[in-house]
Amino acid sequence: MDATKDSAQKSITGRGTEITAEERYYMASQSQLMWRKFRKHRLALISTVFLIAIYFLAFTYEFWAPYEMQTQHEDYLTAPPMVIRFVDSEGNLRAPFVYGTSNELNMDTFTREYVEDTSQIYPIQFFVRGQEYSFWGLFKSDLHFFGVENSKIFLLGTDGLGRDLLSRVLAGSRISLTIGLVGVFLAFTLGCVLGGISGYFGGATDTVIQRVVEFLISLPTTPLWLALSAAVPPRWSPIQVYFAISIILSIFGWAGLARVVRGKLLELREYDYVISARLAGGTDGYIIFSHLLPGFMSYLIVHLTMAIPGMILAETALSFLGLGIRAPAVSWGTLMQDAQNVRSIAIHPWLLAPGIIVIFVVLFFNFIGDGLRDAADPYKL
Amino acid sequence: MMNDVLLEIKNLRTYFKLHEGILKAIDGVSLAIGRNRVLGIVGESGCGKSVTARSILKLVPAPGKIEGEIWFHGGEKPVNLAALPPTGNAIRDIRGREIAMIFQEPMAAFSPVHTIGDQISEAIQTHQSLPKPEARGRTIEMLKQVGIPIPERRVDNYPHQMSGGMLQRAMIAMALSLRPKLLIADEPTTALDVTIQAQILRLMKRLQAELGMSIIFITHDLGVIANMADDVAVMYLGRVVEYGTVRQIFENPQHPYTQALMQSIPKLGSKGRGRLASIEGTVPVPLDPPRRCGFADRCVHFIPGRCDADVPPLIDTEAGHQVRCILYE
Amino acid sequence: MQNGSKALIEVRGLKKYFPIQEGLLRRVVGHVRAVDDVSFDIPAGKTLGLVGESGCGKTTLGRCIVRAMEPTAGEVILRVNDQEFDLTKLSAKELRAVRPHIQMVFQDPYLSLSPRKTVLNIVGEPLYINKVAEGRALEQRVRDLMDLVGLDVKYLNRYPHAFSGGQRQRIGIARAISLNPELIICDEPVSALDVSVQAQILNLLQDLQREFNLTYLFIAHDLSVVEHISDRVAVMYVGKLIEIGDTEELFQKPRHPYTEALLSAIPRPDLSRPMKEVTLEGEVPSPANPPSGCYFHPRCPYAKDICKHEAPPLVDMGNNHFSACHFAKELDLQGVGE
Ligand SMILES: Nc1ncnc2c1ncn2[C@@H]1O[C@H](COP(=O)(O)OP(=O)(O)OP(=O)(O)O)[C@@H](O)[C@H]1O
Ligand SMILES: Nc1ncnc2c1ncn2[C@@H]1O[C@H](COP(=O)(O)OP(=O)(O)OP(=O)(O)O)[C@@H](O)[C@H]1O
Ligand SMILES: [Mg+2]
Ligand SMILES: [Mg+2]
Repeated sequence: MDATKDSAQKSITGRGTEITAEERYYMASQSQLMWRKFRKHRLALISTVFLIAIYFLAFTYEFWAPYEMQTQHEDYLTAPPMVIRFVDSEGNLRAPFVYGTSNELNMDTFTREYVEDTSQIYPIQFFVRGQEYSFWGLFKSDLHFFGVENSKIFLLGTDGLGRDLLSRVLAGSRISLTIGLVGVFLAFTLGCVLGGISGYFGGATDTVIQRVVEFLISLPTTPLWLALSAAVPPRWSPIQVYFAISIILSIFGWAGLARVVRGKLLELREYDYVISARLAGGTDGYIIFSHLLPGFMSYLIVHLTMAIPGMILAETALSFLGLGIRAPAVSWGTLMQDAQNVRSIAIHPWLLAPGIIVIFVVLFFNFIGDGLRDAADPYKL
Repeated sequence: MMNDVLLEIKNLRTYFKLHEGILKAIDGVSLAIGRNRVLGIVGESGCGKSVTARSILKLVPAPGKIEGEIWFHGGEKPVNLAALPPTGNAIRDIRGREIAMIFQEPMAAFSPVHTIGDQISEAIQTHQSLPKPEARGRTIEMLKQVGIPIPERRVDNYPHQMSGGMLQRAMIAMALSLRPKLLIADEPTTALDVTIQAQILRLMKRLQAELGMSIIFITHDLGVIANMADDVAVMYLGRVVEYGTVRQIFENPQHPYTQALMQSIPKLGSKGRGRLASIEGTVPVPLDPPRRCGFADRCVHFIPGRCDADVPPLIDTEAGHQVRCILYE
Repeated sequence: MQNGSKALIEVRGLKKYFPIQEGLLRRVVGHVRAVDDVSFDIPAGKTLGLVGESGCGKTTLGRCIVRAMEPTAGEVILRVNDQEFDLTKLSAKELRAVRPHIQMVFQDPYLSLSPRKTVLNIVGEPLYINKVAEGRALEQRVRDLMDLVGLDVKYLNRYPHAFSGGQRQRIGIARAISLNPELIICDEPVSALDVSVQAQILNLLQDLQREFNLTYLFIAHDLSVVEHISDRVAVMYVGKLIEIGDTEELFQKPRHPYTEALLSAIPRPDLSRPMKEVTLEGEVPSPANPPSGCYFHPRCPYAKDICKHEAPPLVDMGNNHFSACHFAKELDLQGVGE
């Protein structure tokens, strides 16, 4: 804080080669300070690590998923998750393995019951050859991270058609996680441009844009989303649907952002240091790029981080209702359609797995947003 | 002598344990406030005036720790406030009823969603069992006493409907509504314009005489101190460096810091536009401060090996006049 | 108001009205007359102090002069290098060329420096924008400026968060003088500072004035600071200039009841001068809804009937002293004495 106190303690030698910790702090730029502050927020840091991992999995899911997401394993309809074991029935420690299972139809409940057969031991193998897939349509491969030979492995169980839930969740993450990003990116672009125009030019333009924003914000979003999604032609390809949905989501997202951008711009424009740049002769372009943009970048990032989980939830909700992503594409929302009635949840609780993952991802985003918000103002103690 | 003392602070230390080290906001303050007297505490930003005030009422925020003794002689028996738990009933009974506090920012002291009248009435009712209409009557009475025009109407105003000066009056009314024995005023006029400040200062003086209470008046403005205080404590870097009556402090300032402070302010009516005598450097932050005179770095009388050897003791230079400087040893 | 010789800056009838808007369509229902027909001039090398209570329009006036805000009406004439410019009429491009002559020092040392730039960039920015210097030359110039305002040059690459309020104010001043301006508008440059640091900054401003023949418009609400630094003083009340005169005369012999009240309200660090018993009652009216006639009449102890109906003009009392009071000639008002 104080420069006279430390000058007594400073050990800058004649050539100024030695730099004390304090001096480093004083020479730290704002982003460095923000990073320091963010690092202190443990939960946010941990969430960041997890989210990066989850996004990585989503982008390369073909490799991590043991099966193709559409493959139906007829012998394993709604099979419960298998347990990875390290100790066999005789009490010997061994490499991770799963037991084989056999099933029979319970004639009282008409459900299939799966029993572990402790005599069949299938060690889990890594980097195995399995079903062939096309990685992002770039090249073909059949290398999978793990699998078992001569049997099947379903760590999260299977659905009613015998499809591996783990593979489907991984596949669904690609759409669910990115639709939030694409939606926020579209909303961000729209919000920044319109909010920027509104805040910078003011006057009638400002009034019109603000009225539109107020109108959009006051609309109840869910029924409109439903209506718009229902209007997406059924013949569209999954890719088209994907973009249609993200545009629908961003239509309402941008309004909030435009407000934030405009408000911040108006506030910053009156800041003494911005006025000072104007007095120094800076042109509008110079001031926007060297003072205004960096000035509200940190706030925008916080806002964006907070907006992504909303988009993810919205997509999940739409798809859950059957109005969003459509088969054969999968997202977490479509996966949760299987968990739509109480009976199936009671008997097959593992079908809720996609929901739990959504909860975690949303929480991670919120923790990060929290940490970023604290860090956005690094000078506050 | 003991009978005249209302509050006695002995060797108060308030430390904040921060990530960067221990911040010694108050480092050994001893003070006595007489009955029916006004003690002025003056010092620059960050010297620990507010923390002293908050320590008395145990309102120091989280990492702060209070050590030392604070004896309050207002009740039948003396109470050591420093030993009371900060959230217990004992201190809560004293806050408001025996010792009241007013702050620099009146906006922050009132909740924006309730009327001024409701808030003052509620403060009265938490300490005295009065029926609602009577509490309201008392509130209007108080608002009138602090010079708010048409108090019957103003009592139903929300804070944002009043100007800064009005709000400050309302806050004084709230603080005085319980007839406290001691009022702590932390820069009550710093945010106000001079003409409004003059009104508030006169009001506080009048009420102090009428109600016979003691006031701890905190400010950084020497002019305000000269007009309000009977006794003055000059603080620097968490310590009292000089203490005496107003007369002693203003007519015979002894500590080099007090002297420099007096010389560094431009005096009205002195036309000579010469240079001001400024104090070099800035007020340091008391983060892990070394054991030495806090003013040594900026002092013109600095004696190497003496001033930076230890914290100088408080030395009596005349009856009731104490200075923390080795020049008077 | 003309005093023969040409002043460096002349403000003529400057007005700034903020519209008050209401309703969905933002209909204008009235105006905040933040600055209402203000005129004055400042000769080169002199300091005009501008005082007044909070909200009377001091900041707005300062910002209109530098055109950080668009004034509603009036002229601001600047005379530099034998040229005359009316700042209010210049286009954005022409204005940029004149800008280096007028700079500003701000009140809040925490808001006036970009937190994202080092001292080198902050002080060097005006030089860079106006292509005065670049690279090594720019750095050298910044070092010289830091030296001039009493900052250690080894702090060149530090960010503002490393500095105390007084040091930040020095950085702000270094930046303001970097383009060798003629006029500096100081908007409460010492209000946020400690007393001991305030003296350092006041001394610095005076030293720089002497060295570079700077002209200051010094805005403040602390009258003793204004008396100390100003050659002339102007007093504002609810957007209007009500008195302007040479410092000594205005402080010793004010010609407007408001100035008298303002002076008598100052608590002085002098036991032989206790605060006066009679001070102003009431509060400053809002510029959105000012009283009739003379704005000061509801609080004025000398008010008569005419004050309620007629706004007094600013009239010359002789000796280049102007006052806007119907009874300026009759009243015998008290100054600060001694
Ligand atoms: N909650 C807190 N946490 C950490 N440090 C604190 C806290 N409150 C105060 N301090 C520190 O204690 C010291 C004294 O602060 P205090 O608020 O008492 O100063 P002050 O004399 O009232 O100054 P001012 O005139 O600015 O009000 C300062 O260095 C301040 O930074
Ligand atoms: N952008 C604005 N829109 C509307 N009203 C404004 C605006 N800026 C200032 N005002 C009003 O104009 C009046 C003058 O404000 P200004 O900031 O100039 O006062 P000031 O004399 O600088 O006060 P202070 O001493 O508090 O800095 C105030 O009543 C204020 O509310
Ligand atoms: Mg304080
Ligand atoms: Mg202002």
